[in-house]
Amino acid sequence: MDTAKAQASASGETAALPPWQDPAAEPLIRLENVTKRFGDFTAIADLSLDIHEGEFFALLGPSGCGKTTLMRMIAGFETPSAGRILLGGEDLVPIPPNRRPVNMMFQSYALFPHLTVADNIAFGLRRAGLPKAEIADRVAEMLRLVQLEKFAHRRPHEISGGQRQRVALARALARRPRILLLDEPLAALDRKLRAATQFELVDIQERLGTTFIIVTHDQEEAMTMATRIAVMDHGRLVQVGTPEEIYEQPNSRYVADFIGEVNLIEGVVTSAERGRLTIEWAEGAAPILTRSDVDAPVGTRVTFAIRPEKIAVSAERPEGLVNAWQGRIEDIGYLGNLSTYHITGPAGMRFKVQSPNRRRIARREFSWEDRVWFAFDETAGLVLTR
Amino acid sequence: MSDTASGRTGNPGERLRRALLIAVPYLWLGLFFLAPFVIVLKISLSDSVLAIPPYTPTLDLSRGWEGVVAMFRAFDLENYVWLTEDDLYWRAYLSSLQIAALSTLLTLLAGYPIAYAMSRAPERWRPILLMLVILPFWTSFLIRVYAWMGILGQNGFLNQLLMGLGLIDSPLVILGTPVAVYIGIVYAYLPFMVLPIFSSLDRLDRSLIEAALDLGCSRLQAFWLVTWPLSRPGIIAGCLLVFIPAVGEFVIPSLLGGSRTLMIGKVLWDEFFANRDWPLASAVAVVLLLILVLPILLFQRHAERQQRRADE
Ligand SMILES: Nc1ncnc2c1ncn2[C@@H]1O[C@H](COP(=O)(O)OP(=O)(O)OP(=O)(O)O)[C@@H](O)[C@H]1O
Ligand SMILES: [Mg+2]
Repeated sequence: MDTAKAQASASGETAALPPWQDPAAEPLIRLENVTKRFGDFTAIADLSLDIHEGEFFALLGPSGCGKTTLMRMIAGFETPSAGRILLGGEDLVPIPPNRRPVNMMFQSYALFPHLTVADNIAFGLRRAGLPKAEIADRVAEMLRLVQLEKFAHRRPHEISGGQRQRVALARALARRPRILLLDEPLAALDRKLRAATQFELVDIQERLGTTFIIVTHDQEEAMTMATRIAVMDHGRLVQVGTPEEIYEQPNSRYVADFIGEVNLIEGVVTSAERGRLTIEWAEGAAPILTRSDVDAPVGTRVTFAIRPEKIAVSAERPEGLVNAWQGRIEDIGYLGNLSTYHITGPAGMRFKVQSPNRRRIARREFSWEDRVWFAFDETAGLVLTR
Repeated sequence: MSDTASGRTGNPGERLRRALLIAVPYLWLGLFFLAPFVIVLKISLSDSVLAIPPYTPTLDLSRGWEGVVAMFRAFDLENYVWLTEDDLYWRAYLSSLQIAALSTLLTLLAGYPIAYAMSRAPERWRPILLMLVILPFWTSFLIRVYAWMGILGQNGFLNQLLMGLGLIDSPLVILGTPVAVYIGIVYAYLPFMVLPIFSSLDRLDRSLIEAALDLGCSRLQAFWLVTWPLSRPGIIAGCLLVFIPAVGEFVIPSLLGGSRTLMIGKVLWDEFFANRDWPLASAVAVVLLLILVLPILLFQRHAERQQRRADE
């Protein structure tokens, strides 16, 4: 998966900087203050975004936040109420969908029921006026790619849901668009096929240089495949960044909470000096000591975010970790490779802690009702002011 | 198909219930379609006489089996032979088919855009539009055709309007010509074309059109490659619903078409009521039925075979 990122960064002007950090790089697609209203409902609100050539760009967000609407505007099925969409510097808005170098894989697949699988895939190629032999080759290649050779002559209603999804993917890919829009392309696939298809997608992107914009509800998918992730909420971008940035440096409670598991602790800054903050969060409990660059003077209300896997559990007070409290194990979730402990700490605050299962389950160190220490060091968490 | 399906469910009660379920429509067909047809067929094989009923032989059940045999002995194909000898009949058949075909085409041309527009109308408008299409059925068919006589006549509304607008100097002769028949048929049968096409277009997923546009189709290509083929079942149903009754249409040609329009429905009427030649009229009706049913059966067989080939 890293290959995609490496390739994306290599295609930038300077090899050292990824294109989105390079001020000189021209974006492939630029959204400028795009707003979309349906009646008096605002689906996309003043959204600006640059996506670069060769990126694998993931849109994340809860249902109804405007992901599909954004894609439909890029594909040309919706016209922005305000703002511009530029492709390589040229305004896309007046160009009809059939003349945009963009293909979309629809959330509902939208396969043509009267055509066979092979004809569905060939549909776009025929419109492009390719020679017959080349169409046949391309269709065969696509069928192989999505492992549907045996189903070439079936109609869409004669194959399974997952197979339909693969046909939709093949059909959108067949034209080799510059930008491929994928609206939850892998949602109906089983885990194994999904992993294989993810790999294929990244591989295709590498081979063809297509820019992918993908909507997904699966964070893991976004984390493993994307060069960058945009987290959306109510038609706005909350944060855009690489998977690492989004996960390790969420800019708000919303993002921290949306991506992965997190413990969010409300508190007040009681001392702030030289990048070190002390956060008072519960009566009688030791305050949180943390390093942070955020501008949070004494008295600011902040949220301290810490991921479950960054907290250690132990029977004795651990050495060298500045933040440590005692609590009682309420519940243990066994995930095979990991266990999640739900610990009630000071002031009845519930913490989620995750640690790898180093021993077999029968010889587990802790069990319900055990009093344990849980601790993390001063760089493990993040202070959020929004 | 149904044999293997019922064979698989072993339970005899279940099998009986199934048989009953299948029997109902067959009974209906037998009672209201097959029985009248058999009677008409029988009359068509008889001879015309001046009596009540005006044909012979009649079935004399008091003579038992012998009576049945005697009746069958008396049957002949004389009336059918007669149909081939007078060119009035085949000209009437041909002209009926031709008028029906052309008016079906015209109805399709008028009906498809209406159905299309209805299916594109905002959701809340559709029930109202459907009502408007069905509305004419609330008055008698006969009255509506009479109304067209008032519109199309020499001093009718249409001519008055056109002359009032200064588009023509002397009234157009429409009533009593085939044009009036076409207008009448298109008007009368339009709902039968619009409704099935609307229902197939209404079911069409709009994202299919978007997918077609996305894959490089112009709007026109998207219509031709996606919308049209997917509305074909509705088109076929609509065309059959218009064509079949139009071939045997009697009221419209006799009220609007005048003496110059030759249609088999009128011939049938004349044989029955003017000439009181029931056997010949029945023969006309039987042949008409064959002309209509055979092509439909062939078409269905063809469609099934194609479906099977596609499934393999
Ligand atoms: N044609 C439309 N008319 C009115 N409202 C619309 C229309 N299309 C979308 N919306 C609204 O815009 C909002 C965003 O819809 P959109 O389909 O983009 O959500 P989404 O992020 O793709 O959600 P999901 O993850 O469920 O697919 C929703 O609240 C939806 O109801
Ligand atoms: Mg969506």
